[in-house]
Amino acid sequence: MTSLTLVLGVQPGMRGRWLGRIAEAWALPLLALTVALLAFGAFLAACGVNPLAAAALIWRGAFGTWFSWQNTLQKASPLLLTGLAMALPARVGLMVIGGEGALVIGGLACAVIGPTLAGLAGSAGGALLAQALMLAGGMAAGALWLMIPGALRFWRGVNETISSLLLNTIAIAVMNQLVEGVLRDPLSLNKPSTVPLAPGLMLGQIPGLSVHVGLAFGLVLCVAAGVLMQRTSFGFAASVNGGNPRAAQMVGIDVGRLILIACALAGASAGLAGAVEVAAVQGSATASLAAGYGYSGILVAFLARHNPFAIIPVALLLGGIAASDGLLQRHLDLPDATVAVLQGFVFIAVLAAETFSGRLRLRCRLWLPLPLSLRGEPRDG
Amino acid sequence: MSLGPYFLRPVVRPLSRRALLAMTSGLAAALAPGRRAGAAGTLEIGFLYVGARDDYGYNQAHAEGAAAVKKMPGVKVLEEERIPETVDVVKSMDSMIELDDAALLFPTSFGYYNPFVLQEAKKYPKVQFRHCGGLWTEKDPKNAGSYFGYIDECQYLSGIVAGHMSKTKKLGFVAAKPIPQVLRNINAFTLGAQRVDPKITTTVIFTGDWSMPVKEAEATNALADQGIDVVTCHVDSPKVTIQTAEGRGLYTCGYHVNQAPLAPKGYLTGAEWNWATVYRNFVAEMQAGKPLPNFVRGGLREGIVKTSPYGAMVPAAARAEADAVKAKLIAGDFVIFKGPIADNTGKQVIAAGVDHGQTDLWLEKMDWLAAGVIGKT
Repeated sequence: MTSLTLVLGVQPGMRGRWLGRIAEAWALPLLALTVALLAFGAFLAACGVNPLAAAALIWRGAFGTWFSWQNTLQKASPLLLTGLAMALPARVGLMVIGGEGALVIGGLACAVIGPTLAGLAGSAGGALLAQALMLAGGMAAGALWLMIPGALRFWRGVNETISSLLLNTIAIAVMNQLVEGVLRDPLSLNKPSTVPLAPGLMLGQIPGLSVHVGLAFGLVLCVAAGVLMQRTSFGFAASVNGGNPRAAQMVGIDVGRLILIACALAGASAGLAGAVEVAAVQGSATASLAAGYGYSGILVAFLARHNPFAIIPVALLLGGIAASDGLLQRHLDLPDATVAVLQGFVFIAVLAAETFSGRLRLRCRLWLPLPLSLRGEPRDG
Repeated sequence: MSLGPYFLRPVVRPLSRRALLAMTSGLAAALAPGRRAGAAGTLEIGFLYVGARDDYGYNQAHAEGAAAVKKMPGVKVLEEERIPETVDVVKSMDSMIELDDAALLFPTSFGYYNPFVLQEAKKYPKVQFRHCGGLWTEKDPKNAGSYFGYIDECQYLSGIVAGHMSKTKKLGFVAAKPIPQVLRNINAFTLGAQRVDPKITTTVIFTGDWSMPVKEAEATNALADQGIDVVTCHVDSPKVTIQTAEGRGLYTCGYHVNQAPLAPKGYLTGAEWNWATVYRNFVAEMQAGKPLPNFVRGGLREGIVKTSPYGAMVPAAARAEADAVKAKLIAGDFVIFKGPIADNTGKQVIAAGVDHGQTDLWLEKMDWLAAGVIGKT
């Protein structure tokens, strides 16, 4: 099999190889991103649009001004949580794409709990407690929702990708049914919605930013999930199972528990995104809850190679691309689909780059030559 | 002819100096910091759509209005499509105001109003916001406002034509959700048809959401299988329904915009928005420095709605009857919801001698289907 070797140094050594792996983890996505941007530039040029002007607009809309930064952060915040919803089960080896459904169910739970706590809105402490209960309710509902595909997978052998995808449709249908039926606020005539939250229960914005607190939740959960997956025995067990479920069972890992916990954590993340959508943005559950954040999260997780820490920069990148969408449409008269094309190029390039994983050897030369006995044999890709 | 030498030619032409200059100047312009005010006296106007601008439906109707505004002197039109009804629309409005210099915004989707347009109107008191849907009330910010049209007038006219054309006396209606706006269209269409023959029925299928192409196609096919021979709809994009019906050899009545190009054989007429009237008026008033009205509503009389030209297959008798009612609607002496009207459970909803004229707020709470409509709210 051919292997693409980028030799940065000469001697492959143990330490060199370790550094090489880190370098590879960064180099592959960056290489993929560069290829995607070049392909996108060519696409724009073929459409008769100046790629440099488009690049400048993307930069300006995403990161060029303080306003753009806040826009980017706002667009990134649901993606942090829905990205986790894909990435966590993926570490255990499950491709669960049910983030959209868990988000909707979490938002719905929050919208059901919220109005019952309207009495707490009066005092600051009461409001805080009510908000905590609403968010916890959203997380719990999302967790239970995504445990369904996990349980079906473990006990019945049902393909979790298909079942979670179908559960998205079911979640949206359940939400529509309830919002247009028993949960409908009689005052919402042409846009059916649940009874709105008391204004005192709405989550505010992060001080100094025009970005709601969902961003902070997303950042904290990504870091926490990163620590869990990379620094704990649970995370180790997860990656063992992700690599080889048979082996995991052989060494006595409780695979069922592992799967259910990973799915529950994933559902809780997406459920939190939905609860924030209700408690910080919409004020009630409506059909607008299913805005596609769950599906964008799949892209985020794959680009981050299911590494929770990496979800943060990837969500910022995709949030930035989304934030610049408006400027591209307004100034270059491009359709909305243009940004989808860019996202598509990025996605395909990253997936293609994955196939080079472990074959692209970046060898870093160390200035201290290692003794021969410590040198690893070069692997044949 | 040999292609060899052609392939050997370099594919990438060297950049001419002019092209390079154009590219770098574009780059420089785009990188220019801060807000870029338009040329002196230029009014920047933003249009925000929830779906695609060329959807043959709701969004295209607004984009056609925006296109009419583009032709006016002294304006620059900014358009963004496919903006979800979430904080995304807030950010898009912010961006039009902050990164461009929009002074008048038209967020066109119904779900943008509460809370998003209200928030923005408070945040930017100098920017004018006019929202499609008729939700503005006196307690809302004065720099916000609403506009909407009485499109059930056109649905009634479509119903008359459909009533003349139907042989099976069975009409079909593909609808998104059982909300007052949709029920009013279904009832107006049915009442128009029953004017021709009181025995006519309309079978309604609700798809559950505004854009469900697969369900819309299934619903249309199901209607065709039941022997229904004229179909209309109220969904965001009628494209699928109209094309499917045309494929099944049915007659169709359009909605939102003119779908005749999609169904040359079966397209009878349709109920269309004429947002160009509304948008041009707002812009002209803004340019003249006059305060913008907060609430604009109207029907055929005000030119806010219109009907598609009749298809060639529509006979003279049908045209004559529809045109006569249209003339009365334009003159303002015709009431669609005129008692006695019973709902389809047999209950009388409008007593004999009671008129509910177009501006009657009672109509905006409609939660019933008229007798002859087969379906449930």
